[in-house]
Order: sequence, then structure tokens, then C-alpha cells
Amino acid sequence: MSPAATVQADASPAILIEGLRFRWRLDRPWVLDVPGFQLAMGERWLLAGPSGSGKSTLLALIAGIQRAREGRVAVLGHELTTLSGAARDRLRADRLGVIFQMFNLLPYLSVLENVLLPCQFSAARRNRAQAMAGSATTEARRLLAQLGLDAPGLERRPAAELSVGQQQRVAAARALIGQPELIIADEPTSALDADRRLDFVTLLQRECANAGAALLFVSHDRTLAEFFDRVVELPAINRIPMLG
Amino acid sequence: MAILTLAAKSLWNRRLTSALVVFAIALSVILLLGVERLRTQTRASFAHTLSDTDLIVGARGSPINLLLYSVFRIGDPTNNVDWSSYRTLAADPQVAWTVPLSLGDSHRGFRVLGTDRSYFAHYHYGRHQPLQLAEGREFEDLFDAVLGAEVAEQLGYQLGQSIVLAHGAGEVSFALHQDKPFRVVGILARTGTPVDRTVHVSLAGIEAIHADWQSGAPLPGVHLSPEQVRQLDLTPKTITAFLVGLKSKTAIFKMQRQINEFAAEPLLAILPGLTLQQLWSLMSLAENALLVVSGLVVLVSFTVMLAALLTGLNERRREMAILRAVGARPWQIFALVLGESLTLALAGAAGGLALLQGALLLAGSLLETRLGLTIAAWPPSVHELSLLAIVLACGLGAGLFPAWRAYRYSVADGMTIRI
Repeated sequence: MSPAATVQADASPAILIEGLRFRWRLDRPWVLDVPGFQLAMGERWLLAGPSGSGKSTLLALIAGIQRAREGRVAVLGHELTTLSGAARDRLRADRLGVIFQMFNLLPYLSVLENVLLPCQFSAARRNRAQAMAGSATTEARRLLAQLGLDAPGLERRPAAELSVGQQQRVAAARALIGQPELIIADEPTSALDADRRLDFVTLLQRECANAGAALLFVSHDRTLAEFFDRVVELPAINRIPMLG
Repeated sequence: MAILTLAAKSLWNRRLTSALVVFAIALSVILLLGVERLRTQTRASFAHTLSDTDLIVGARGSPINLLLYSVFRIGDPTNNVDWSSYRTLAADPQVAWTVPLSLGDSHRGFRVLGTDRSYFAHYHYGRHQPLQLAEGREFEDLFDAVLGAEVAEQLGYQLGQSIVLAHGAGEVSFALHQDKPFRVVGILARTGTPVDRTVHVSLAGIEAIHADWQSGAPLPGVHLSPEQVRQLDLTPKTITAFLVGLKSKTAIFKMQRQINEFAAEPLLAILPGLTLQQLWSLMSLAENALLVVSGLVVLVSFTVMLAALLTGLNERRREMAILRAVGARPWQIFALVLGESLTLALAGAAGGLALLQGALLLAGSLLETRLGLTIAAWPPSVHELSLLAIVLACGLGAGLFPAWRAYRYSVADGMTIRI
């Protein structure tokens, strides 16, 4: 194990993985063994793989919620294997956007409040949103409009009242607010029907391109491949065979 | 700050459960503070009843019983004091004044006290306050009566009203002194003590209505008209008890011993304050039991809160994962759940205090008229505030467990949303 080298932020890739091995507990089997993976700034990749191939674990490591003890995971130039939990949380709050499969929103907040949530936890996100549009709220409204969620009164409605498709677009707006440099999406379209799936992917692609954000889009749906710069099969980069 | 707003909104989202938890905590706070307030106010009210009296003297028996019947009109005397004993002791050079008390009759549930005019001069309550007449004058004639404020108010009596006394202390009596009615000549100003609920007449008056009675019943075949009674010697043969004021406070214990060793008959002299303390120490067992019960109710209410929070927590793992994904730190998740507990406890404590105040404002006058208890509504005492602080600390303590669970979930679940 070589000590992790300091990476220059400007030249560094969005995600850099080298020799990563991960298991949940010492008495559990290894679930990830990724010799190398690299996502450049601004690139938009589809990470494909069946469920159980370790996708969610890999995303948790990239998002800095879990920490790998072997190998190297660098996100936006920060070595997550050596960063403290607090610093990883700060990095995620300031510079990452995350979209889940479903149930992305806090049901007791309005649509607008949900979009503004990252600005509550990150001053950097709030400042960038302000710099973009004058105020974080204006920026949130702009993103909602971009994603086709500008129906009158919609922003004040409780998130739980929205359709699944609308909820996913709100989640996208939340991930995008304050210009994060990396968006991680964990099967965000699996709950959508085919038409809405294409709509959502196109919208997300466009907004990431506008913001210059790199996108790691995880899905088992390879029909979406044409929208991405590249398709990576997780079993191809993970040396651990798929779990039962 | 963001976390507290979130906690409030999350609680509001579960407002039915939250309201029930707050209600449970509020009820327990009402019970806890109510017991405490009743305890302290009862004590204050009792302590307020008698002032400046050095000794109370009655027939030998229980000191607490003597205090209760002579001052608080609770219970009945076991024996009487001979008039000659009273005269002898009243003439003692150490004694500044005495007030004789003769109990045993009643008027429509209110006790009748036979005494003399020294009562108006020397009976003090509160902080050395003497009795004052709101209307009329002190009794002079044999059949004059002076009413306590509450008696006049409840029965709607005016000056000049004619009243009939009944034998015995019950609310309903079949043995009435109907042939010798009294006339209301004075009404005392309100004192907030049992005096308000007393009908005062002269010792001679008490003697007069019993002149043709023996052993608690009219003598058969003997009837004396009020005019005939006036011709008799109406010096009482016995009294129930008497209050003693001494010339010098230093003589109290000497005088007490002298009375307790009185040769002519067995007497008991008590120091009102000291005997009241004995009464409280007797009561403290019951009071502590009440306090323990209300403490347990507080614990139950927080168990309810704990159950509600823990049940909600499993459903909220998704919420925790979302918060973690947007950058919330594990300690912020911890603070979120702890903040919810604290909010519930605060709302419950404030609600309980408010409900108690409201209840006291509504029921205060009832307590005062029925029990002669004045319960001040506001402000809460330092002791009550410290009880409230303990309640909040319990809320915080109960909140630690779900908060820790949420913290563990948020660390272990990571980005995985478990549904």
C-alpha cells in the first residue's frame, strides 16, 4: 500500500479509483475489488450492472459515506481514504449531487424546500447558487423551470403529493443546485415508465452539460447507453464475482 | 439552525402523534406541578392562619388534634378545659392576653365559635394582621353574632338577619336552638383563613342556648325563654381551648411546661408553629407518595414519547439517508432526533404549565370557598421551575436513545435506502 499522493485539483479527474478493495466487516467476504476506474471532469458515464454487483457500495464509497481501507478513491482531487468523516461529509455537501432510485424527497418539505436542502448544509453551495441567480431561491426556481416543473403553485406543494416522475425531476434539481462538479445517480429511472425514463435522462444530461458537471449514472437499463459518453460494465471493473 | 427547522417540520408532519405525545407529557406535568403546588400552598395557607399566638391550650390529648380543632375547625375536641383553670392561667403574670374558644355548635354547616371580645383584639393571622369588620360592630348583646366573610357571602346574610344555631357540627342537624335566635350585628372582612367560615358569638351566648339543655339534648319539661335566660348567671363552666399571648417570648417554654404540669386538671399547651411542623412531617409520607406517583407518570409519558420516536425511526431511515446524501453529518442526524425530543418535552412542559394555570384560574375560587385554600396561579415557584427543568432533562435523556439509533442508522445505512 503506497501512501496516497496529493492530486492537483484542477488537473484531477472527477473520480479516480486505484486498487480499491472493500468489505463491510472483517468477517465478511470482499464485495469490491476495483483495480482501476477513472471518470474525467465533465464526462457523463453510464455504469451498468445487475443488482448485487456492488453498485450501491461503490457509490457509497465515491460519495464518501463509506470509507475504503485498501486502495485509493479520489473524488474531485480529494483522497477519500485518508480524509476524515467530517471532511468527506463536507466534500459531499459542497461538491456532489446525489439522486436515488426513488423516494428522494423529504415528504414534509415543499418542492422548493427540498431543492434548497443542499444549501442548508453547505454555505459553498448556497453562495454559488446566489452567484448564479442572485439568490438560492431564484436558482432553485430556474432549475425547476428547466426541468419542466414551473406549474404555478407546484413549488409550494408537499413533495409527497407529486408523481414519481415529478419527484425524480425535483431530485435532479436538488442534485444540481449550487453547481456541484459531480452528480451521482443510483438507478434514478427504475421507477419511471419508458417515455418518462428517456425524458428524465435527456433532461439530466442537458443540465449536467450546462453546469459542466461530471455524471456517474448507474442503471441496469442499457437502452440508455446512447445518451452517455461511455458505458462501463461493473462486472468488468470489479474482480469480485457477483454475489448470489 | 437548519436542523431545528427540519426537526420542527418533521414533527409537524407527524402532528397527530406529536400532539398525543405532547398531551401525555402535559398531563404528567399538570399532575407533578399540581401536587407540588397543592403541597406548598396548603402549607402556606395553614401557616397564614394564625399569627402572634404563643401557645394554644386545650385538654390533654394529641397536639396535632388540638391545633386542628382550635384553629382550623377540623375534627372535634376530645375534652374541655374548666373555666376556673382558664381563669387561673389567664391571671398568670407572664400572660399578656388570652382568647377563650368554645366550639360545638354550628349554623348550616359553618362552625359556631363562642369567644369574647379579646378575640377581635388579639386573634391575628398572616403577618400580624388583626381581624377587621367589613360591616357592623363586634358582638355586645347576649344574642349578637358576627359572621365570617364566607358565611355572609354564601348564605347571603345581611346585618340584622336572625339566625338559629344548631347543636353539633354537622351540615344537617336535627337539634336546633330554635327558641333562641341570634341577630347578625357584624360581618368580618375576608382573611383567607377558617375565620371566614366561622360564626362568632359570645361565650355567654353559647351558655344561654344550652341553659335548658343537658348532655346534648333539651331537658324534658324545662323551657327557658330568652328573657328568662338573661336573668341567669351565664359564666361558662367549660371552654374548648384558649389562645395565649405572653409578655415575653423567652417565657414560652417555661409557660408551656407550667401548663402541662397544671395540677387541677390535665392540660396541653402547644406552640402553633412547632405543632404545624409535626403535622407536616406526618403528612410528608403521603406527600412524598404523591410526588413519587406523579414522577412515575412523568416517566410513563416519556416512555410514550420514546415509543413514538422509535416506531417512527425505522420508517425514517430513508429520510436520514437523504439528509446524509445532501451533506448532513451524523451528529446533525443525532441533533435532529434529539431536537425533536426536546421540542416535544418543551411543548409538553409549557402546555402542562399553561393548562395548570388555566385550571387554577377556573377552579381557584371553588378551592377557596370549599376548602379555604388560596392557590396562587402565577408565578411558578423556584422549586416548580426546577421540577420543570427535571422534566426537560428527562425528555432530553429519553431522546438520547432514538437519537443514538438514528446516528447508528445514518452511519451504517450510508447511501442505501432501506424501505
